[in-house]
Amino acid sequence: MILNDYLILSTIIFVIGLIGVLRRKNLIMLFFATEIMLNAVNIALAAISKFHGDLTGQMFAFFIIAIAASEVAIGLGLLILWFKRRNSIDLDTLQSMEG
Amino acid sequence: MEGFLYTALFAPLVGALFAAMFGNSPRKIWVGVVNSTLLGLAMVASLILMFHIFGTGTNVHVKMLDWIVIGNVDIPFGFVADQVSVVMMVVVTLVSTMVHIHSIGYMDHDKGFNRFFSYLSAFVFSMMILVMSDNFAGLFIGWEGVGLCSWLLIGFWYHKEDQEKTSDMYNSPFSTLSPHSSISPGYAANEAFIINRVADLGMLVGLFLIFWNIGSLQYDVVFAQVGGLDHGLVVAIAIFLFIGAMGKSAQFPFNQWLANAMEGPTPVSALIHAATMVTAGVYLLVRANEIFTVVPEVGYFIACLGAFVAIFAASQALVATNMKKIIAFSTLSQLGYMFVAAGLGAYWVALFHLATHAFFKSVLFLGAGNVMHAMNDQINIKKMGGLKKYMPHTALIMTIASVALAGIFPLAGFFSKDLILEAAFQSHAYILWFILWVTAGLTAFYSFRLVMYVFHGEENWSHNKEDENYQHPHETYPFVIAAMTPLAILAISAGWFKAEFVEMTTKMLPTLHEAGIHHPSSAVFWTLVAVTTLMAGGGIAYAVLKFNKKGSYHSDKMKETFVYKLLANQYYMPHLIENVINKPYLAMSKFSWKEVDLKVIDTIVDGIAKIVYTTGEESRAMQTGNLSKALKWMTLGVVILLAVAVAAGNLK
Repeated sequence: MILNDYLILSTIIFVIGLIGVLRRKNLIMLFFATEIMLNAVNIALAAISKFHGDLTGQMFAFFIIAIAASEVAIGLGLLILWFKRRNSIDLDTLQSMEG
Repeated sequence: MEGFLYTALFAPLVGALFAAMFGNSPRKIWVGVVNSTLLGLAMVASLILMFHIFGTGTNVHVKMLDWIVIGNVDIPFGFVADQVSVVMMVVVTLVSTMVHIHSIGYMDHDKGFNRFFSYLSAFVFSMMILVMSDNFAGLFIGWEGVGLCSWLLIGFWYHKEDQEKTSDMYNSPFSTLSPHSSISPGYAANEAFIINRVADLGMLVGLFLIFWNIGSLQYDVVFAQVGGLDHGLVVAIAIFLFIGAMGKSAQFPFNQWLANAMEGPTPVSALIHAATMVTAGVYLLVRANEIFTVVPEVGYFIACLGAFVAIFAASQALVATNMKKIIAFSTLSQLGYMFVAAGLGAYWVALFHLATHAFFKSVLFLGAGNVMHAMNDQINIKKMGGLKKYMPHTALIMTIASVALAGIFPLAGFFSKDLILEAAFQSHAYILWFILWVTAGLTAFYSFRLVMYVFHGEENWSHNKEDENYQHPHETYPFVIAAMTPLAILAISAGWFKAEFVEMTTKMLPTLHEAGIHHPSSAVFWTLVAVTTLMAGGGIAYAVLKFNKKGSYHSDKMKETFVYKLLANQYYMPHLIENVINKPYLAMSKFSWKEVDLKVIDTIVDGIAKIVYTTGEESRAMQTGNLSKALKWMTLGVVILLAVAVAAGNLK
């Protein structure tokens, strides 16, 4: 396997995540989609780090995992709060301002 | 000695600031007293400095502080009292002190009494900076300060209405026969200020040329190096500096403001004409004599212009009935004499005439102020007459000043004016000499025409209270006469100190011998004196005898002639300026306002605003507040940026 294969895989996963962000209306699904995108980046980081023999990339991937975890924890908390108030987590109902 | 120098310089400033504190409050007599005292202090300091410099022959030179120090540029606030500037300092402070005291009486009933004293002292302070600076930059600051203060003072009665411009010679503000000196004080002030700005541009260019080529504005450095410069360049510098001097000293074609400045209070006229303003141009020439000596051709031009202005102004004074304008024209004429002397290289003679002229001209104006004060601001000399009986002291002083102005032995004017004529004759400039000689006769005539009309003959006003022309003339306060007395005494005696003056000033200025003007043989000398005195005496005799015989000078038939109208309308100069400069300029300004500004500039500015506004209005639709849509826009933005980045990378 060469570096390109990993990068292609990473791109495919990233695009899947992106489509999820754009298409989904459910807030939980949106979180999933962003997690997918983050992991696509992690794959790319780890692969490049391995092929270049530089550990920095992998360390960076660890940081991303840690931050993603904390972000999800806060996000889910807010989400539950929102659900308790509005009884819905549909994106279109999440609108209080008019442009 | 430094203490005296600083006192002379800053006492007027203290006075100006002090009076300014009470600028808006009602008249406080002690403001005038304090200011006069401070000016007196400056006068005493200047006199002490003069005796010191005359006695020891040394200069007092101080560098107060650095002003502009950038790289090689070093312009300090430095002041110098040397043989030339100390003469100016004494003249300026002496005349100004007396004018201040006189103003306490003259501005007695004016609401702006305190404000007036503030401006007056600031005027003197500016002039002191101008004469005492040791470099051209300081001189220029004083130069502009004088311009500003003259604007404030000429327009002191700014609330007066504009006069109609009529073709009636006896009412038009452009004529010297009308009771109006100018369209309005505001107009006259602006005119003086703007004309001076135009001329100052010339002066600035001259200073830039000096700085570019020499790299310094210090007098001593500039004068030491000016000989090494290219001849054409020195000609340019001399011409540009002279343009500045022409504006301040009201030489043709910048002369019109001086006569119109008569709109200001009369003590201001005395100050402008004798001490603080018009003499600045002559002072610049005398101070920068080492530049002008290098280029005698420019000097000759200056002399020719001076002679022209001398007779040009004197001729206008022949018919004028506006008392202050007659005296203003005589100043203009005498400035012409000074420029002739300076142009021919007789710099100390120019300075000498400046000093003697300052004394008798200031006293003439102050006397005119007394008369106008007594006659309820009447300015037409034909509506006066017989005032000798009511104002004996003013009459005596003004007669003395007029004799001095005419140049009769042994009064001050004789010594200085005779020297100028002698210098012109000995420079073989016989045409100039002839013009000045004729002008001397005219001067004597119009001075005495004024004296006769005002103080002698029948009373052309009425004692009857019901009458339109009711007047109640009275002599002014004794302290005002006391303030005029020293000036009158100097108008008599200033010429007697010629030997001392020569001894002092020629330490700095070239002697006549160095300027190529040789002492005439005794026969020529006495002939010149006799011829000139005959001319001046003839002018006086004609004025007195004709008045005693007929009571007036110009017959009705003569008043219809073209020459009379030409002179009364100031050679149609105001009309010319109005039609050739003011009106086209107004039309041009209106065109650029309506066509250029409104149509071109405003359209562009409005267009930009419109583009911003419409794009905002259109792109508002993006902001729905919906998170999902915002995410889509964001993605689109990222994609576009990526595409641009890739494209830019490929282009490289």
